[in-house]
Amino acid sequence: MSEETAIGLKCRLCGKTYPKEALNFCTDDFGPLEVIYDYEAVARTLRREAILSRPRSMWRYRELLPVDGEPTVGRQVGGTPLVRADRLARELGVSELYIKNDAVNFPTLSFKDRVVAVALSKAVELGFQTVGCASTGNLANSVAANAAAAGLEAYVLIPDGLEQGKVLGATIYGANVVAIEGNYDHVNRLCSQIAFRFGWGFVNVNLRPFYAEGSKTMGFEIAEDLGWRAPDHVVAPMAGGSLIGKIHKAFQEFERLGLIDGPVKTRMHGAQATGCNPISATVRSGASKVKPVRDPRTIAKSLAIGDPADGYFASRLIVETGGWSEDVDDESIVEAMQLLAETEGIWAETAGGVTLAVAKKLIEQGRIGRDESIVLCITGNGLKTQEPMLERMRKPVVIRPSLEEFEALLGASHATARADADALAAGVV
Amino acid sequence: MPVVRIPTPLRPHAGGLDRIEAAGATVGEILNQVTAEHPALRERLFDGEELRRFVNVYVNNEDIRYLDDLATPVAASDEVSIIPAVAGG
Repeated sequence: MSEETAIGLKCRLCGKTYPKEALNFCTDDFGPLEVIYDYEAVARTLRREAILSRPRSMWRYRELLPVDGEPTVGRQVGGTPLVRADRLARELGVSELYIKNDAVNFPTLSFKDRVVAVALSKAVELGFQTVGCASTGNLANSVAANAAAAGLEAYVLIPDGLEQGKVLGATIYGANVVAIEGNYDHVNRLCSQIAFRFGWGFVNVNLRPFYAEGSKTMGFEIAEDLGWRAPDHVVAPMAGGSLIGKIHKAFQEFERLGLIDGPVKTRMHGAQATGCNPISATVRSGASKVKPVRDPRTIAKSLAIGDPADGYFASRLIVETGGWSEDVDDESIVEAMQLLAETEGIWAETAGGVTLAVAKKLIEQGRIGRDESIVLCITGNGLKTQEPMLERMRKPVVIRPSLEEFEALLGASHATARADADALAAGVV
Repeated sequence: MPVVRIPTPLRPHAGGLDRIEAAGATVGEILNQVTAEHPALRERLFDGEELRRFVNVYVNNEDIRYLDDLATPVAASDEVSIIPAVAGG
């Protein structure tokens, strides 16, 4: 790219501006910092033809990402399928349903590869040699893998008691994985202290303004794949509450640049688990402050953030866009994971079960119209969260390698069908 | 005396210190004393009499929102940490 389109950082509360540095909060009022862009410069090169001519990765929208020059980390991230989900739609009684499937994102099978690609490209640009994160699992996997590929030293901090797939998915890449006694919020607090003390690049602490922008690419891809339009409804899972806001920001930026027709009227719906529902509780009560959850308990461990950094902004966005937020229990999460797998062949992680179960609830409540376009954001892969499913799934039937036993297993109706098939085959011969 | 930990980016407003000892029986009293000595911290941490939305304060390992907010008692051996809330996720 010939021009730098990201021009600085700005406090979302007071508007004070900062240069593009590794800082996540305003030193005047602790407000979150957000990247600001020169949209005129963006508009000069980011047009539909230009986007379509570029490789299908998240970087085809690179003018709207805060990396100066070519990205150096995660160059093939993104470009995941937007699946028209007609079989699931029939089950839910709706007409136009899509799954944005980041369960197959590259390289670590979650949407976190998007944010990490931006954060670590920025870390390299800023000269960091050691990077890190506070994670509920998916981020740990992505930081570990992408740091390995980039030759960076990584410190990955997770709560103890995570799913085995997520722990292994971090250690395999040679990262320094440290499990903290306690929950995610304890991990996060420690990371806030570590990042500045050691001068490391923590993707979701001091690099957070850059990191968070990566989530917009999920929204850009949705709008492009819908034929350059924003959907009527998006249902997104909420942990820290950042993703839902960035998807909406993506639609707004596309509108501003004339890449989609406005005004964007997408209703943003947020999904949480009942065992950790600080944002959905805020939306439903209409409170102005998010009350943190001290002891999150849910099988959706990737969403178990009791004190969400963007909870305030997420709850406001949901209300302002005419969306809603609900939470669902563990049993509903598992049922929804199965429903998605059996209707669409997509095995999402527990957070995906949360998203689908909440969508179902919102459709039943009439908050999502049955004839309107709906996108469900699936952010992680079921292979990583096997524990809650193992005990619930049917075990395979074991038989000897014998045709009789197989026929006995199929039962009488199949035996008849086989006789018909034999007769047909005989006739043809 | 209890010790207050100052986040690195705010140290220029706290005389460059990373730990400040302060007398007081509650979080509120202790922060009042610290901000009396370092007035530049006052407006950064507080909006009127309340902590700003994105300022988290801990006594040892516990968030004061789960205790008694600014009225949370603090013992002489305790550590009070000021942590920016905008992180993670």
